Amino acid sequence: MSSFTEFGALVKNRHRPKDKPTDTKVALGFLAPWLIGAFFLSLIPMLYSLAISFTKYNMIKPPRFVGLMNYRHMLADPRFLSSLQVTLTYVVVSVPLQLVAALALAVVLDRGMRGLSFYRSAFYLPSMLGGSVAVAVLWKMVFGSDGLFNAFLGFFGVDTSMSWIANPDTANWTLVALHVWQFGSPMVIFLAGLRQIPRELYEAASVDGAGKWRQFRSITLPMLSPIIFFNLVMSVINSFQTFTQAYVVSGGTGGPSDSTLFYTLYLYQQGFASLRMGYASALAWIMVLIVAALTGINFALSKFWVHYDD
Amino acid sequence: MTNDMTSAYADLGPGEGMRPDRVRAAGRVIISIIKQVVVLLLAILMLYPILWMIASSLRPQNEIFTNMGLVVTHPLWENYVAGWNALSHPFGRYVLNSLIIVVFAIVGNILTCSMAAYAFARLNFRFRGVLFGFMLLMLMIPIHVVVIPQYIMWNSLHMINTFVPLIVPKFLAMDGFFTFLFYQFLRGLPRDLDEAAKIDGAGHARIFFQILLPLMKPAIGTCAVFTFIWTWNDFFSQLLYLTKPDMYTVPIALRTFIDSQSQSSYGPMFAMSVVSLIPLFLVFTFGQKYLVQGIATTGGK
Repeated sequence: MSSFTEFGALVKNRHRPKDKPTDTKVALGFLAPWLIGAFFLSLIPMLYSLAISFTKYNMIKPPRFVGLMNYRHMLADPRFLSSLQVTLTYVVVSVPLQLVAALALAVVLDRGMRGLSFYRSAFYLPSMLGGSVAVAVLWKMVFGSDGLFNAFLGFFGVDTSMSWIANPDTANWTLVALHVWQFGSPMVIFLAGLRQIPRELYEAASVDGAGKWRQFRSITLPMLSPIIFFNLVMSVINSFQTFTQAYVVSGGTGGPSDSTLFYTLYLYQQGFASLRMGYASALAWIMVLIVAALTGINFALSKFWVHYDD
Repeated sequence: MTNDMTSAYADLGPGEGMRPDRVRAAGRVIISIIKQVVVLLLAILMLYPILWMIASSLRPQNEIFTNMGLVVTHPLWENYVAGWNALSHPFGRYVLNSLIIVVFAIVGNILTCSMAAYAFARLNFRFRGVLFGFMLLMLMIPIHVVVIPQYIMWNSLHMINTFVPLIVPKFLAMDGFFTFLFYQFLRGLPRDLDEAAKIDGAGHARIFFQILLPLMKPAIGTCAVFTFIWTWNDFFSQLLYLTKPDMYTVPIALRTFIDSQSQSSYGPMFAMSVVSLIPLFLVFTFGQKYLVQGIATTGGK
């Protein structure tokens, strides 16, 4: 079960007569570390960053209240707008591609594939390494002008010495490729989900004359849809925060021509390189709103394709 | 596609072609061979860049971008020697720094996340729902809304360039993902265990530490493996808090490597990249069971 269903259950049971809170003192002991953290490292910082998002603050002089200026400034800030565009393009393209690849491979592997455990490992490995600086370095080399990718293209007769990293039109796409390359992690989840689908459903459909594609459309997809949905939502949230790869590939600049200026990279530059803490905090809160909106859209659209048992 | 093909042959009937069940069987074999080949090629394609990096780290500089193959006839270890000593400290120093953070992170996460999970899964207390909701909410909220105030706070406590800002949150159960993982696991353990222990006079501390914790080994394994990977790969917070070369971790050292190296020394850089991936390979090899279990039970990252 996912944390969403938990969340839903919490909201639904809000008015249920509660069990008597008998263990409050003991619970305080077990929860003490988390309570301290939740208060000092989550709640207070959240309120604080909201507060300084209405100020100018460079960590040297005390914060100065400027009202909504930071938020208004964003609308006129071309680098903010281009970072938003870069990030949204990345999310909207790479997340669905990764999930489709994961689903396709999971279905293929699930149908009595020989060497399943080898393939599961081989496809999962990139997910483990993909977040590292080392792989980002590697990616820079693979898509460089004399890199592996151009050699691969040359193998098919396409002769080019273009650097895909240094070209503003393609730089973001190399990062999309890096994200899709890590499809192993959702694939493993889908494989586990496929195991849960009763075999009898397929047998019955087969007797009724449904072909493989029809079975996939009418059984696999609906039965797996809650898991796909959970992964979609979490992938959107996580990939919106992509930082390491963009930082390493561009040397921290977000270049060329801001084509890899991801939202979090811009936030980092504003906050920690230029010490505009107020503006960076405003950026962070707008990011929360954007991520919440994307999640909201996902939930709204889920009505049309996600099937729950009840 | 399989079906269309076989039914077309089936219409021929016996005598006119091959027997339909044999055709079907033959078709299935061919399809499955094609499938095998395609999947195998894809697997090779996916692993190729990593294998190429390993091969390149063993080659002389002039060969790296001319040889795209994987075969290394005369492995050259000079890149490793050069890379190890290229920065202000030997690379081992950065590995050690990373390992220190990783070990504390693992201990902290296992201890405090499982304790919080016990409270949420087994105890009745005031505001349980609200607090649990807050915990789940923080799972989904980008850390960037807290990272700036946290930085200001650690800075005013003079904790920049120490491991404290990276380790303390782990001892305050801030990785909600693992609290949720332990919570799920605890809910799967029968409550009879607790009840029986309670009748024997055991308190909550004893129930948790002596009875439930030993039973939570699979979840603990998952927590350890994922904490290792995520902390080892963590770049953002280490970049923020560790700016002195003494304190550099592996990812930060690697980044410095790219900045400081001239275009002509990719070999040493590849070599240290490979070094930085070795612990991940090891965890992957020995912790695979826990990885698969973990992502399958929580639908995690």
